[in-house]
Amino acid sequence: MNYRMIRNVIGRIMCVEAAFMVPALLISLYDKESGAVTGFLVTIALLLAAGLPMALIRTVRRGFYAREGFVIVGLAWLVVSLFGGLPFFISGDIPNFVDCIFESVSGFTTTGSSILTDVESLPRGLLYWRSFAHWLGGMGVLVFILALSPLTRGKGDEMHLLRAESPGVIKGKLVPHMHQSAMLLYKIYIGLTVVQIIFLAFGRIPLFDAVTITFGTAGTGGFAIKNDSMMSYSPYIQVVTTVFMIIFATNFNIFYFILIREFKKCLKNEELRAYLAIILVSIAAITINISSRYASVGETIRHSAFQVASIISTSGYASTDFDLWPEFSKGILVLLMFIGASAGSTGGGIKVIRILVMFKAGKRAIYKAIHPRGVKLVHLDGEVMEEEIVSSVQSYMMIYFLIFFASLLLVTVDGFSFETNFTAVAACFNNVGPGLAGVGPTMNYSQFSMFSKIVLCLDMLFGRLELFPMLILFYPSTWKK
Amino acid sequence: MKIVIVGAGKVGSTLADQLTREGHDIILIDNDRDVVRRISDELDVLTVYGNGASLDVQKDADVEHSGLLIAVTPQDELNLMCCILARKLGCQNTIARVRNPEYARQSYFLKDELGLSMIVNPEWTTAREIFRLMQFPAFMKRDSFAKGRADIVEILIKEGSFLDGVVLRELHKKMSIRVLVCAVQRESEVIIPDGSFRLEAGDKIYVTAPTTDLVELTRIIGAKNHKAKNVLIIGGSRIAEYLTDMLIKTGARVKIIEKDYERSLFLAETFPEAIIINADGSSQGVLRAENAAQVDTLITLTNMDEENLIISFYANHIGVPQVITKVNRTEYTELFRDKGIYRAFSPKLMCADNIIRYVRAMQNTEGSAILSLHHLVNDQVHALECNVTEKTLHLGKTLAEIQLKPNLLVACINRMGRVIIPSGKDTLRVGDTVVVVTTTDRVILDLNDIFVQEV
Repeated sequence: MNYRMIRNVIGRIMCVEAAFMVPALLISLYDKESGAVTGFLVTIALLLAAGLPMALIRTVRRGFYAREGFVIVGLAWLVVSLFGGLPFFISGDIPNFVDCIFESVSGFTTTGSSILTDVESLPRGLLYWRSFAHWLGGMGVLVFILALSPLTRGKGDEMHLLRAESPGVIKGKLVPHMHQSAMLLYKIYIGLTVVQIIFLAFGRIPLFDAVTITFGTAGTGGFAIKNDSMMSYSPYIQVVTTVFMIIFATNFNIFYFILIREFKKCLKNEELRAYLAIILVSIAAITINISSRYASVGETIRHSAFQVASIISTSGYASTDFDLWPEFSKGILVLLMFIGASAGSTGGGIKVIRILVMFKAGKRAIYKAIHPRGVKLVHLDGEVMEEEIVSSVQSYMMIYFLIFFASLLLVTVDGFSFETNFTAVAACFNNVGPGLAGVGPTMNYSQFSMFSKIVLCLDMLFGRLELFPMLILFYPSTWKK
Repeated sequence: MKIVIVGAGKVGSTLADQLTREGHDIILIDNDRDVVRRISDELDVLTVYGNGASLDVQKDADVEHSGLLIAVTPQDELNLMCCILARKLGCQNTIARVRNPEYARQSYFLKDELGLSMIVNPEWTTAREIFRLMQFPAFMKRDSFAKGRADIVEILIKEGSFLDGVVLRELHKKMSIRVLVCAVQRESEVIIPDGSFRLEAGDKIYVTAPTTDLVELTRIIGAKNHKAKNVLIIGGSRIAEYLTDMLIKTGARVKIIEKDYERSLFLAETFPEAIIINADGSSQGVLRAENAAQVDTLITLTNMDEENLIISFYANHIGVPQVITKVNRTEYTELFRDKGIYRAFSPKLMCADNIIRYVRAMQNTEGSAILSLHHLVNDQVHALECNVTEKTLHLGKTLAEIQLKPNLLVACINRMGRVIIPSGKDTLRVGDTVVVVTTTDRVILDLNDIFVQEV
């Protein structure tokens, strides 16, 4: 294990996190919120004190492999989340430390579950920090560092980091150099973010609202700065947010192909087609199901589309209290939680591509039953999918559901209804945010016990990092010499 | 013309045999001493021993003064190399056999960039022929002329068919379309019939008809014209690969049984729509399990003639409507035709035909007027497509007035894109192309060879 390298990268991440707290600190200073100012100042000082010496460690290039990549990503996310929770605790706005961690983890993993009963009472600096965590966590903290500077020049070791941090099944580079690929992703990400802020600004809302909503959309997180999430914003704001939630949950490679005018590749992309098809079918089904509840057809479609986009992109905003919807609509939404966004996007969940591969593998299993000696391969986008990937998706699903049901069992100890527990774990594990019943869009997670909150925190991290970087931390042979 | 052939395999020696009979000077190069010795015993050609892609060997064979080089060794790269070298030496025309499907896809590029005259791909040609034939299951063989506007099709007259006992002169009264019976095979005898000829059950007749009338012809002879929808292919060879590609595009369901696992994997990779079974297609159990009796077309394309024949016999036995067999060795065609295997293909023969057609067309530019040549009735009959030029004799006379050589007839006239099935009243005009059918023992090098010359 290349400990020097690990310490060095973790150190750098801590410095970067300190730098990212500066805008929140400035907002707090501007608002003269002394508690928040102290919170950010102390955290920044701690981050630098611990991070700088580590970042200065000279790295050894040799011995940086996939294992180190996974360990760095797992550790980095733990460290970033822990320190990210400190400002809430030090400022005294969230008195319980576990709650602070929950809020921070929920931010960085772009979940958007909150333990706050009254969001609006939080100082603007802290609200900004919460939302900004979404934006950072969306594309990935390590991808950001890679975009800033290559870790090892021309060695390609960073590939392991990107593999470990970004969601998806097949992780290829867009351009030959890892550093450039990461930069390209962030350029697209920043570009789309700015476009959304501009669109929202046209809706005559305060800039602070526009920025925080955009952060929540871009990272597909879903922290709102209002207690009723997005319900009180104008239809225009809701429509813009709907469109951008769908955009940010699309594979970013698609945008790259659009930029280089390879439209054929976009049209050929099966995941994109499946993703859009799921969205359209869900919107149609829910619109019909809830048609009697809203005044006009337009409003019905708007709410149905907003909720579908919000859940499938695993953002978790709400334009209406969908907990009051009929069971069928709620059923669709819960299903969408599990399906989740596209690979290579900022969203969570199982990912459309895995569902697609599972579906095809299932079809093949039936085919094999009919033609025992038949030879059939799984094709995706017109190309053959390696058997190794197919079986890795299958084992991923196995582990995924093992963790899901284990967490569900642990959370049921608190004694809430099954619907509350099930959707709470599903919403956290898939990085959605709100669930149904006790954790519905107008409710929050404050009622859970400390223990359940820790379980849910881990679920969020497991979900965001797609299981393996976290599992590896708990796997004994990782640490053996 | 002096023609150099590299590679004395099946195609090479067939070509040498055919072309030398047509009066060309053939030089055959091969790198197997035994083969070279055998060929020089059998054929009236010059043989050179050595690697055809070597400069010295090509100079030995006098490639620089030859009109054409044909490279038909087993290796694509070697064939291409031979052609490039010959071009550089000054040989004007080169033909290469290229069979690798990956190269086949770039054949136009290869042709243009490397200055080749023609690239032949026997497997692709065979696949296309099989595909074309499958469009009309009632015909046992189908040759196209006049840029695909006219066909000569082979029909077997079965017991009780309404063609049984018909005198050809009376034929047009029974049919709503104009067709012409241009050759008949009775037992092992081949006849170029005249109007008084009487058809009998068991005859195989060769009928000329415009392509647009083929559907109607099928209806008239009372055959069902079911297009292939469920196709079973035994043996995933390259022909199967090309054929599957063509069939899938028409929406047919294709099932391929292939013995080799790696090959099956490759096919599954290339054709996600097809059903690929990794099993021995010659085993009855496998054929039963894969429901061979329910398909409408069964095509055997394994590398073993014996397997192909056995499977075809079995398919006939269980009543598959259309059975197509690939056979490499053509000597025994007669034998299994008698046993019900009517639709047999030999890729190598097809390849040789293709090249001979090209050579004929080359001569055309040098004064002769023959566009293409087709073999019918196991090579006992030729169908030649020729241009009518100012030099052609008897222009403007009706066919009834012109005296043609015996065992020869004008099967079809193509005038300005219109196909005419000729009667005695039709004339030949400049600009026409005509299809002449004759027995193989007569060598026709020019359209004027068909007329009885008045000395």
